[in-house]
Amino acid sequence: MLLNEGEIRIPSGCAISGFISRDGNRVNGSKIVKSISYMHDRSNGLGGGFAGYGIYPEYKDLYAFHVFYSSNAAREQTERFLDRHFDVVNLSRIPTKKIPAITNEPLIWRYFVNPLPTKIASSQLDEKEFVAKCVIRINNDIEGAYVFSSGKNMGVFKAVGYPEDVGEFYRLDEYDGYAWTAHGRYPTNTPGWWGGAHPFALLDYTIVHNGEISSYDANRRFIEMFGYKCTLLTDTEVITYIIDYLHRKQGLCLEDIASVIASPFWSEIEQMEPEKAEKLKYFRNAFSSLLITGPFSIILGYTGGIMALNDRLKLRSMVVAEKNDMVYISSEECAIRAICPDVENVWSPRGGQPVIVNLNEEGKKKCL
Amino acid sequence: MSLNLFPAQFEVLRNTDKCIKCRACERQCANEVHYYDADYDKMLTHDDQCVDCQRCVAICPTGALKIRKNENEFRQSANYTQQIIIENYRQADTGAVLLSSMGTPKDYPVYWDKLLINASQVTNPSIDPLREPMETKVFLGKKPASIKKNPDGSINTDIDPHLELNVPIMFSAMSYGSISKNAHESLARAAEELGTYYNTGEGGLHKDFYKYGKNTIVQVASGRFGVFKGYLDAGSAIEIKMGQGAKPGIGGHLPGAKIREDVSRTRMIPMGTDAISPAPHHDIYSIEDLRQLIFSLKEATEYTKPVIVKIAAVHNVAAIASGIARSGADIIAIDGFRGGTGAAPTRIRDNVGIPIELALAAVDQRLRDEGIRNEVSIVVGGSVRSSSDAVKAIALGADAIYIGTPALLALGCHLCRSCHAGKCNWGIATQRPDLVKRLNPEIGYKRLVNLVHAWDHEIKEMMGGMGINSIEALRGNRLMLRGIGLTEKELKILGVQHAGE
Repeated sequence: MLLNEGEIRIPSGCAISGFISRDGNRVNGSKIVKSISYMHDRSNGLGGGFAGYGIYPEYKDLYAFHVFYSSNAAREQTERFLDRHFDVVNLSRIPTKKIPAITNEPLIWRYFVNPLPTKIASSQLDEKEFVAKCVIRINNDIEGAYVFSSGKNMGVFKAVGYPEDVGEFYRLDEYDGYAWTAHGRYPTNTPGWWGGAHPFALLDYTIVHNGEISSYDANRRFIEMFGYKCTLLTDTEVITYIIDYLHRKQGLCLEDIASVIASPFWSEIEQMEPEKAEKLKYFRNAFSSLLITGPFSIILGYTGGIMALNDRLKLRSMVVAEKNDMVYISSEECAIRAICPDVENVWSPRGGQPVIVNLNEEGKKKCL
Repeated sequence: MSLNLFPAQFEVLRNTDKCIKCRACERQCANEVHYYDADYDKMLTHDDQCVDCQRCVAICPTGALKIRKNENEFRQSANYTQQIIIENYRQADTGAVLLSSMGTPKDYPVYWDKLLINASQVTNPSIDPLREPMETKVFLGKKPASIKKNPDGSINTDIDPHLELNVPIMFSAMSYGSISKNAHESLARAAEELGTYYNTGEGGLHKDFYKYGKNTIVQVASGRFGVFKGYLDAGSAIEIKMGQGAKPGIGGHLPGAKIREDVSRTRMIPMGTDAISPAPHHDIYSIEDLRQLIFSLKEATEYTKPVIVKIAAVHNVAAIASGIARSGADIIAIDGFRGGTGAAPTRIRDNVGIPIELALAAVDQRLRDEGIRNEVSIVVGGSVRSSSDAVKAIALGADAIYIGTPALLALGCHLCRSCHAGKCNWGIATQRPDLVKRLNPEIGYKRLVNLVHAWDHEIKEMMGGMGINSIEALRGNRLMLRGIGLTEKELKILGVQHAGE
C-alpha cells in the first residue's frame, strides 16, 4: 500500500515562481497562475500551490487560518479548539470552482481569528509563539485536520494537481496581493494528500522549494530539539522551521540566515575581511547543523517581502529579473517573460547569494 | 616452573632452503624465539614464546619465515573451547588474573558492518570532490543557546572554547609509558601537520613535547600522573578519563619495569614503582563531584580550554552522557568495548561494556530528546577501523572520531595483542631503548599523516556520493544509513531503517 506524506519521505523535483511589487501595488492572482503554467513540464500533476501576501486587507490584523478537514467531525473538534483559544471573527468555506482536473478535495475552511489575550498570558508565550504552538497542536493532535496557512493578511492555496488547475480551482483571479509565490511539484512517488503540496507555511512564513536536500535528517533531528515536529518529512517543511527558528526565535536577519543555511565555503571565508570571516566562522560553528546541502532553490515569502536563495553550489536553476517596481523570481526565465515580456535585468544569482526584496516606504504605507 | 600443559600457540616455519642463517631474526626478536645452534649449524626456535608479531617475517632478507597457528588440537568442544581450557591451565599455574592487550578478539557483532551508506541517483546530484569543495572541518565544544548582540546591533561572536579540527579524526589517548616516546612523537607531529589533536593519555606530557601543545589534549585520569598547572596549560583541551572501553569499571596498572627515568619524570613518580590508576577517581563518587572537577580544571585554566569527559560505553551510557552534558563538560568522548588497551584483565576486556555503535546511537538520540545535544560535542572511539566506519559514526551522530589501533597499525603494529609484555618488537608498546629506536618518528609521523589523509579522501568520496559537501550535514543524518540483517530492536536503537525501506 502506498503511504501518505508524513509516513514516508518523498523526494521531489519542482518549479517555483514568484514576484513582488515594491510599491505595494496589488497584483491579481491570475498573473502568478499564468507564470507557473509555463513550467507545466516541471510538475507532474501531483501538487501545486500558491501563497499571496496582502490578499486580506479587510482582515489584515487577524490571523487567517486555512484548514483542510477530512471529515466534519475533525472540523467540529478543531472549531472547539479554536473557540477555546481564539476569538473567531469570521469563518467560511474557501470558495472553490469544481473542475474536472481537481478531484477528491477535502473540506477547505478559512477562519479569521485573534488569540485570546488571557490564553496568551497564561501560556507565558509571545503572541506569535502562541499561535504557532496552536497550529502545530491542531496538526499533530487532531486526526483529519491540517492548518496549511496561518499568517496575517496572507494565504496559502494548494492542492493535488497541476498548479494552473489549482489556481483555477481556488479562483485566484478573485484575490489581489503585493507579492505572490507559486509551486509546481514533481514528486517521485504519489502522495495524494493535499497537505503535502506546497507552499509550506508557518505563521506568515511560506516556502516554495525546488530541490532535494541531502542534509535533511541532520537538519530535522536538530530543529526538532526546539519544539518543531517534522510531520510531513519534506525538505520544505524543515527549511520553513529552520527559517522560523533563526528569524523569529534567534533574531537573525535574512542575509545572516542565508549565510547559515547556504554558508560560503571555508576557502571563501578565509579570503574575507577579518570581521566578516569571524562572523561566518561563528555561524558555521554555532549553527553547523542548520547548514543545508544538496540542491535547492527557494522563495521565502514573509510579511513585506520575499527572499530567493540557491544552495551554495547552485545545483538548481533560478533567475531573477526586474521591471519598474516589480521583481520576478523563477526556476526558468520563460515563466517571467510569460507575464512580463519586456522584463529587464535578468540575472542568475550565485549559489548562496540571497536576493531579498522588500516593500519600499510607499509600499509599506499601502500594505502593512 | 610449572608443567607446560598447553602447546605453543604458533609455529615458526622456516624454509631452510631460503634461510642463510644471518641470525637477523634472532637479533630482532625480543621474545627470544629464534636461536642459533652452533653444534648443528642450524637456526632453531622456541615456538612457545612466539606472539606472532611478524617482526621476523618482515625483517627476514630471504623471506624464509612464516608464522602460523599451531594446528595441534585438543579434543573439540563447542563449550569448553581450547582457549578456555588453556586459560584455566594458565590460572592454575599462576593463580593470577589473565591479562590481555588491544581490543577484544571475540566474535561480537560489528554493527558498522551491518550498516550501509546511501548515494544519490537522479533526483539529486552526487558531488565530485575533485571538482567541487568538500569540507571536513569540525568544531568541538558547546554551542550557544541563543544569539547575543553587541550594543551596536552586530552579532557577538564570542563563543565557548572550541577545538578546531581540519579532519574529523583525532588520535585517541595512549599514554607515554604504555607506548614509547617515539610513538608519542610520531602522533604529536602528525597531529600538528594534519591540523588535529593527539591525546597524552594518563601518563603526563614529556618535556620534549610541550611544543606540540596546540595539537595536544592532556588527560587527567584517576592516577593524576604528571598533572600540574604547566601540564594543564600546555594542551588545547583537557580530558577527564572516567573510563576506557576495553576495561570499564577498573583502573590501570603500568608495571614498575616500564617506569624508567623519562617515564618516571613525566609521570612524576619514583623510578621502578608501579603506576596504579585507581578504578574510580577518588574525588568523584557521583555526578556532582564530576562537575566540581570539570570546573576546577576550567578555573585552573581560566576557561580557555574545552573539557572533555571520556567514558566507557556501558549499559546506561545514555543517562550517564545526559548527566555529563549537564555538568559543564564541552565534549563527551565515548569509548566502545571493542576498543584497544595496553593491558587489561582478559575477562573484563572480553565481557564488560557495549558496542560503540549502539552506545553512540543511544546517546545522540537521548541528548536530542532532552534538547541538550547542542551543549556538548560527541567523539567516539573504540573500534572505528576505517573511513567507512567513520562515516557511519558521524551519520549516527558523532561530531568526530578517535582512532587508536589504526594509528598504531600505521606505526607498524601487527596486532599481536601482547603490549602488556612490554617487549614490542615494533618499538611501539615498549620502553626498552633498543626496541624503541626501531620506530623512527620521522617515518612514523609521515605514515600517520598518510593514513589520515587517505581516510579523509575516502570520507569525501562517500560524502560526495551522498550529495553532501560539508561534514556537518552528515552529522546525525541517519537517513543516509540503512541496516542489513538487523532485528527490529537493533534498528530501533540505531535509529535507522532496514535496507529496502
